[in-house]
Amino acid sequence: MTGRADTASPSAAAVPAKVFPDPGLRPPTHEAGVNPMRWIWIDKFLEFRSGEFARAIKNLTLAEEHLHDHYPGYPVMPASLIIEGLAQTGGILVGEAGGFAEKVVLAKIPRAEFFGVACAGDQLIYEVTLTDLRSEGAVVAAKAFLDGELLAEVEIVFAHLDNSRANQIFGPKNFVFTQQLLGVLDLAKAQSRARESAASPVESNGQTEG
Amino acid sequence: MPTQEEVFEKVQATLVDALGVDEDDVTRDATLQGDLGAESIDFLDIVFRLERNFGIKIPRGELFPENLVSDPDMIHDGKLTAKGLDELKSRMPYADLSDFAANPEVEKIGDLYTVDMLVHYVQSKLSI
Repeated sequence: MTGRADTASPSAAAVPAKVFPDPGLRPPTHEAGVNPMRWIWIDKFLEFRSGEFARAIKNLTLAEEHLHDHYPGYPVMPASLIIEGLAQTGGILVGEAGGFAEKVVLAKIPRAEFFGVACAGDQLIYEVTLTDLRSEGAVVAAKAFLDGELLAEVEIVFAHLDNSRANQIFGPKNFVFTQQLLGVLDLAKAQSRARESAASPVESNGQTEG
Repeated sequence: MPTQEEVFEKVQATLVDALGVDEDDVTRDATLQGDLGAESIDFLDIVFRLERNFGIKIPRGELFPENLVSDPDMIHDGKLTAKGLDELKSRMPYADLSDFAANPEVEKIGDLYTVDMLVHYVQSKLSI
């Protein structure tokens, strides 16, 4: 996956350096030998400012099965899955702000407004701003853009699950931040590192600050 | 320093946004759970909104206490004991316990979370 880092798109090339967090902060995410369901609704992070803001891409393609059913002959991205992508972008933003020590769950969507539809072949940009963060949970203001136009505006409340109680119910594994989902952040970090190397091939030592 | 009516109107708007209820339903004596349908996660949302709308800081557990009356000595036959009632009064100083104290059934503790309680709490924070 990281082999494509040096072919980053022009928009990705605008990503500020040194904004991606250190994956070493993460807890183990799932048991060895168990493949979790692929439930990843963002493709790549373009920007990640710890505790503040994240921007991610979601490309829509006909390789996604659900678009053939929603709807036959008119492949529209379901609004619920756009919200899921925004929540994954925001969930990682919230989780990273606490060093992934807490289990973060989507608790409530007080408001969601959609102003259009996105179809196969479209590219969505998700922008999420962390507006409130406290020990019990967090709130993010999330927006989806299509071709520079606002497509959706969503407010999302996340809760931090009490670790002792969550462990009783779900076990010690972190079911929220699966390795697959966090792999999206890893890719962004690798791309950021590659860009830095390309920009200063002599001075770079291959390290990116978290 | 806003008047009590001004605080109420802002609390009313906060609850309309947080719970998706009609403004007319948010009366001073409405209970958050019974009358306005608030669920546990809504309390977190309400705390966030009150902080934002009034520019106050609400420490965890101060407005909506956690693990109320967890001590077995505080409950007998489904009702709070005198010790339990004292604990409740100290943990929820903004709630009106006058009716509740006459028949302190544990199941009715949720009814103490009223719109008026929020107004009193916010007023106390604004007066600091």
